[in-house]
Amino acid sequence: MAREAELRLREQLSKLKSLPLLRGARLEGDLERLQRQLDHLVAEPTDDEIWHSVELARHEDRPYTLDYVERLLEDWFELHGDRHHGDDAALVAGLGRFRGRTIVLVGNQKGRDVKERTRRNFGMAYPEGYGKAMRAMELADGHGFPLLSLVDIPGAYPGVTAEQHGQGGAIARAQSLMARLRVPVVTCVIGEGGSGGAIATALADRVLMQENAIYTVISPEGCAAILWRDAGEARKAAAAFKPDAAHCLELGVIDAVVPEPEPGAHAAYDEAARLLGDALAESLEIFEGVSGEDLCRQRRVRFRTIGQVSATR
Amino acid sequence: MSERIDVSIEHKHAPAEDGGRPHPNTCPDCGSHYRDDELEANLRVCPHCGHHFPVHARDRILQLADDNSFAEEAAELRSDDPLGFFDLRPYTERLAEAELSTGLGEAMVIGRAAIEEQPCELAVMEFGFMGGSMGRVVGEKFARACESAAERGVPLVSVTASGGARMQEGILSLMQLPKTVCAVEDLHDSGGTLISVMAHPTTAGVLASFASLGDVIVAEPGALLSFTGPRVVQQTTREKLPEDFGRAEANFRHGHVDAIVPRPELRPTVGKLLRLFANGA
Repeated sequence: MAREAELRLREQLSKLKSLPLLRGARLEGDLERLQRQLDHLVAEPTDDEIWHSVELARHEDRPYTLDYVERLLEDWFELHGDRHHGDDAALVAGLGRFRGRTIVLVGNQKGRDVKERTRRNFGMAYPEGYGKAMRAMELADGHGFPLLSLVDIPGAYPGVTAEQHGQGGAIARAQSLMARLRVPVVTCVIGEGGSGGAIATALADRVLMQENAIYTVISPEGCAAILWRDAGEARKAAAAFKPDAAHCLELGVIDAVVPEPEPGAHAAYDEAARLLGDALAESLEIFEGVSGEDLCRQRRVRFRTIGQVSATR
Repeated sequence: MSERIDVSIEHKHAPAEDGGRPHPNTCPDCGSHYRDDELEANLRVCPHCGHHFPVHARDRILQLADDNSFAEEAAELRSDDPLGFFDLRPYTERLAEAELSTGLGEAMVIGRAAIEEQPCELAVMEFGFMGGSMGRVVGEKFARACESAAERGVPLVSVTASGGARMQEGILSLMQLPKTVCAVEDLHDSGGTLISVMAHPTTAGVLASFASLGDVIVAEPGALLSFTGPRVVQQTTREKLPEDFGRAEANFRHGHVDAIVPRPELRPTVGKLLRLFANGA
């Protein structure tokens, strides 16, 4: 098994070296960064490095979806409301022009100051948010616009009305809609990829992760509270379930890692946006000319085969 | 003194076994206590107050399927430990222990069956196996159940009882949500049907994936069907929770399930649905 994992890691690495990151990385600095990232991959991230990713993913100055929208899209028009009973500010959706073509974008949105954080519910969507996302996805599908999704959610909102409005069903239906889309779908986890709330908008043809983002089945604190019976053991939990980009790539959960400027995206928004934009553009190019039917089929195969178990114990 | 003690009669506050946990045959709602055979004879529903006790996967199959109709599939699949996960104990140890205590290889049993002479595929979860958590093997078994149903052109009946995704498999367990969702989409594309029976508890990752995608969704009385459990909601929001928060009855009121079906009516109800989806054949 260990040999198999190593082989797969090397295969991933060689893919990473050739395509598609390099094509987007024009500057010397990018190459260095990429090499550093690869070195980082070969050397297993330490527990401290994993926790550092958790901290950076949650950094209060980390760029959020609308920071990237501002830098990457022209003619952004934000859509509001799920057309049933509300507009969830924790999830934004809209139309815009990305490198010359119309796309639909959905993304989780956190707030900068206390007031905005409250308004955006710390980025934790309600079912209404997934409803709005689904509306936007249908719009993309109906008009043949590619769909981009940026994931940055601590987790679906644990509240009474969220449950009453059918949180579980909303997350399930958002995924099932994504599994049916006939347009290219590219997702990038840009901060916290928290559990069901994240996967609701991440059933994509190609899934990217920023270098310092995390992707988790449960928050490190939640996992620690359950398995260690102590939320204070979050560091241990994170080390055990390995939510960092390098491990997600190794496990085949994501297709590529998007580099960030040093020491993290929070330090240079424009540069972070350029690197993200290049990676998104490269990803969309891969699906140029692929029929809707093939996209849909390949997308389902992708998720059908991730981490597939073959052996018996 | 001359009277014989009949242990079958209800008696509240039956002596707790192992460190204060109530005996599994003691009704948590009314305190009545039963012998195994009494509960079995009543489909593990409390004859006194109607509380639905948990049902093991094998027993559920016996309750639902026609005699000798069940042929298990993918029974050989076992989880490995992709992350080398170690919390207070190694994951592999927890797996071995769960297999020993349940007699099952994983938290889901799938296979061909017939219910009231209607052929179908069954996928039944076992809460006793690590809280019915969904890791890669549960996801794989569910996907295979969808494929088997599609190949044979029969509906899939799932019975869920799960605390959600299996944390010990990390992000790979989250990937079982889209995996099972894609499997249901393929089943639907083939013209197939999913009948989702939600038993207690159907929560988190299982509620947020295939269980909620049933063409018809029925729930057992009193089952907890919530993405986030009441304790976490209470702790996070400090909101006062409604008494039946997240329960099947609340979900029914809010329009998330089609019917609440008491266990004695479950087999006839599923049988009726299978006949309807077979278009009267």
